[in-house]
Amino acid sequence: MKVPRPADLAQALELLGQRRSETPLVPIAGGTDLMVHWPVRPDARTREYVDLAAVGELRGVRWSEEALELGALASYWDVIVDAQANEEFPILVASARQVGAIQIQSRGTWAGNIVNGSPAADGVPVLMACDAVVVLASREGTREVALDRYYTGYREGARRHDELVVAIRIPRIARSLQRFVKVGPRRAQAIAKVGLAVTRSEAGWRVVAASVAPTVRRCRAVERLLEENGMPSAPEDLDPALREDVSPIDDIRSTAEYRARVLGRVLFDAVRDGAERAG
Amino acid sequence: MERIEGIAKLTGAERYVDDLPAEGALWGMTVRSPAPRGRIREVRFDPSVDWSRFVVVDHRDVPGANEVLLIEPDQPVLATDRVRHVHEPVVLLAHPSRDAVRQAARAVEVVVGPEEPYLDFALPPRPAQIQRGDDNVMKRIEVRKGDVEAALARAARIVEGEYRTGAQEHVYIETQGMLAWEDAGVLFIKGSLQCPYYVHKAALRALGRDADAVRIVQAPTGGGFGGKEEYPSMIGLHAALLALKAGRPVKIVYDRGEDMEATTKRHPAIVRHRTGVNADGRLIAQDIDVRMDGGAYVTLSPVVLSRGVIHAAGPYSCDNVRIVGHAVMTNSPPHGAFRGFGAPQTHFANERHMDVVAATVGMDAIEFRRRNMIGDGDSTATGQVIADGVDRAALLGRAVELSGWREKEAAHARLARSDPWIRRGMGVACFHHGAGFTGGGEVMLASRLDVAGLPDGRVEVRSANIEMGQGTLTIFTQIASARLGLDPSMVTIAEADTGRVPNSGPTVASRTAMVVGRLVEEACDELRARLGLGPDVVGDSLTQALVRWHAERPGAELVGEAKYEPPPGVRWDDESYTGDAYAAYGWAAYVAEVEVDLRTYAARVIDFVAVQDVGTVLNPTLARGQVQGGVAQGIGWALMEECRWKDGAMENAELTNYIIPTSDDLPPLRVHFEETPWPGGPLGAKGLGELPIDGPAPAVVNAIARAVGVDPREIPLTPERLMALIEDDRARHARIA
Ligand SMILES: Cc1cc2nc3c(=O)[nH]c(=O)nc-3n(C[C@H](O)[C@H](O)[C@H](O)COP(=O)(O)OP(=O)(O)OC[C@H]3O[C@@H](n4cnc5c(N)ncnc54)[C@H](O)[C@@H]3O)c2cc1C
Repeated sequence: MKVPRPADLAQALELLGQRRSETPLVPIAGGTDLMVHWPVRPDARTREYVDLAAVGELRGVRWSEEALELGALASYWDVIVDAQANEEFPILVASARQVGAIQIQSRGTWAGNIVNGSPAADGVPVLMACDAVVVLASREGTREVALDRYYTGYREGARRHDELVVAIRIPRIARSLQRFVKVGPRRAQAIAKVGLAVTRSEAGWRVVAASVAPTVRRCRAVERLLEENGMPSAPEDLDPALREDVSPIDDIRSTAEYRARVLGRVLFDAVRDGAERAG
Repeated sequence: MERIEGIAKLTGAERYVDDLPAEGALWGMTVRSPAPRGRIREVRFDPSVDWSRFVVVDHRDVPGANEVLLIEPDQPVLATDRVRHVHEPVVLLAHPSRDAVRQAARAVEVVVGPEEPYLDFALPPRPAQIQRGDDNVMKRIEVRKGDVEAALARAARIVEGEYRTGAQEHVYIETQGMLAWEDAGVLFIKGSLQCPYYVHKAALRALGRDADAVRIVQAPTGGGFGGKEEYPSMIGLHAALLALKAGRPVKIVYDRGEDMEATTKRHPAIVRHRTGVNADGRLIAQDIDVRMDGGAYVTLSPVVLSRGVIHAAGPYSCDNVRIVGHAVMTNSPPHGAFRGFGAPQTHFANERHMDVVAATVGMDAIEFRRRNMIGDGDSTATGQVIADGVDRAALLGRAVELSGWREKEAAHARLARSDPWIRRGMGVACFHHGAGFTGGGEVMLASRLDVAGLPDGRVEVRSANIEMGQGTLTIFTQIASARLGLDPSMVTIAEADTGRVPNSGPTVASRTAMVVGRLVEEACDELRARLGLGPDVVGDSLTQALVRWHAERPGAELVGEAKYEPPPGVRWDDESYTGDAYAAYGWAAYVAEVEVDLRTYAARVIDFVAVQDVGTVLNPTLARGQVQGGVAQGIGWALMEECRWKDGAMENAELTNYIIPTSDDLPPLRVHFEETPWPGGPLGAKGLGELPIDGPAPAVVNAIARAVGVDPREIPLTPERLMALIEDDRARHARIA
């Protein structure tokens, strides 16, 4: 099989745009989601791909006055080694460090994490809790979608087949709390059974949960509760709001009951921690 | 001494079967049963595939008896008209392209007329589920000592308990793989395996060949843990059948998924205890029932059950013991050999139960064990009198002291008062493991081993015992070089090739260093005797004598031979299951410290002390590695490794969802040896390989029980299970209050 490797963004968008939606080209960034089942899943072979590796415009971590911009090829490792990110976005660094191990951290991209659309993703919740915006481009032009409005269903998102994610933009505002919690079946190299990202800023609380709904989910009922009622006094106080926000299930990795209970507890602990710091 | 093949493995220079060049070789692939039980109605080959380009093998191509010979001949090489488990091999395919054969395997459909499978061995089989005898029991074993009922009748307390352990996947780094080819009328089967002569025996039977027309060669093996004890016969036969039909070499290497769903696992077990204790906290009766899920064919289940039963009463002295064991036939893929071989299951039950009993009678768990520990002169459940000079109570004392148990317990109590989420606890397990085959097994094996003197003055150890990461090459080199006073560079170890090495038995049962290592010593002595030299002749004088011998007899072979003889006084009666079950035991006391996070219900082991006496330690680095590896594997089994079954198949047959511990999940593993030399072993050594997997699970679970005040009876104790225990307990207390 042949995989085209366009040299710039215009070429890449042209290739994607020439396809109809029934036979799209599948973009490859790090390949760490796409290649996993390569030897054993026949459908992985019948698709056609386009390799983004040579598209220079998509690389790198860029800082402007207002925002941190992650190029679509920016890897977890790019963020881990960025001094400013460690300073200003410790929550991104914390989640990056919990993705796979160093091999995956250096190949896997934030954009790939978003488009792959796993409800158990580790990159998506922290980006969402930081009000990230997804920048999409096609031959027709560019548009922006807030990450918390990006997903339309299980592994389905706003991206059209002819679009590429070109960047992820994260506003630089003061956040008094940034907390990422990954509850996996072991301490490293694991898929989250429960994921949680919490931030607090002038814009208010952001509470994002993973592995407890068909998509990574912003928990607006919990956010409202925190804004209106202040600190909960026990994990159970969060339950009614959480029930509005999430719908965990039993699957091969855990149980609905475990996920619900643990999410309540780690959330309670995270917001209390935030309150202690603020107070 | 450094590990012989260490650098090759470290640098990637070692060649495993997948790496072996094989000119003109085809890739083999297996088509398997989709159903746990039923009649094969049809095998459909998708007409859109050009099957003339594939080599296709089914049961009709088996030239000899269609059976994978081991203990019983019940397991077919390829299913004939019925299947007994999901993933049972039915058809084999081969093609030059690995990709093509993978896809072709999906284009063959095995149509099965279903029959009612027996999948849950905890329940008695319904009539429609009976497939063997009148109860599906494939093996029953009973051990009796004293009078259990009478003792229970006079006991001050009787404590009962039921304990469950799950299946465990070996997760050797290298999956199963074999290469077969024929050369000048001799069939070669080469691959990843522990027991060359098991494969040899099975090949003669199924292929109907003479002994010299089959050669089994071990390729460098990337881990085994028992998983390459019986299954290599199956996959080796498959590669051979394809190679014979194709007239070309054929290689089969399983993907991880296929390896996990189709090959053996540790036997799931249910163990029930009824224990009588007298007023001063001494065990007076142990009534134990052991039930194991053998899976669909007998394979090694009878002997796994046997070892499990014999170890079930633990390292304690008790005058009245009854242990009844059943291995049950079900329709899951056959469970098989796995490090510990039945003993980890029964030790888990016994050591967890010891804590339960101690708590029930209001005694300290350590003191209760100390008081009942078997002493020299006492006898085991099979009536074996222990007299090896090991101070077992001292091992326990040392483990407790090294762990800092008393100070830590005080600190844990303080933590529980000050931290809302974090709880810590200490747990202990005392256990033993018999080295070598059970009962009369070693006598029956009648192992033989040669040490040859080479013309250049080196000596060559010729044995069928293989290196799989545990250190056989290094240990044998050490033993021979010590015995003959030679530099290790003057010792070589022959490739385990049945065409060149005698049958020194399988590389299993913690027997290689102890039993076969002793044969190395004896064969060295014999070699020296053949040179006409006395036992004091070592080193250079020996080398010179060797060179001289060959110079005078060009082309002649000089071989010292050894044959297994049981140590004096060892006797076993298989009828009554009494006597010396093993020539020697390793003894151990392990202490775990755990931390439970009440936010996530995750338990994590934060410190671990492993104290054992396995006689003389031959190689401290390798020995420590064996213990650390065994403890890691035991912690995985205790806390996270779970085979999830659905309709008789493993649902999580991938490393993403079958969770083994990473280095970050492990505590410092502090390993200590006490060394009481055992005169029957080489340089005083006993077996070590399996012992370290027997103790971690109960030590860890006992620690969790103490940390959070629950009473777990089942492993793996995943966070989900622990949550249920903690929350049920809390709900119960709330109701009472
Ligand atoms: C061993 C291992 C461990 C892992 N551990 C974790 C973990 O701990 N946490 C976690 O969240 N994930 C984990 N993953 C999954 C994976 O690494 C991440 O989701 C990663 O972020 C994917 O990025 P990628 O660049 O490799 O994506 P790819 O595999 O290249 O692509 C993923 C998807 O995104 C699409 N895509 C990629 N880039 C673009 C673009 N610019 N525009 C449009 N579409 C695009 C692709 O077409 C594909 O659909 C792991 C994977 C492996 C193999």
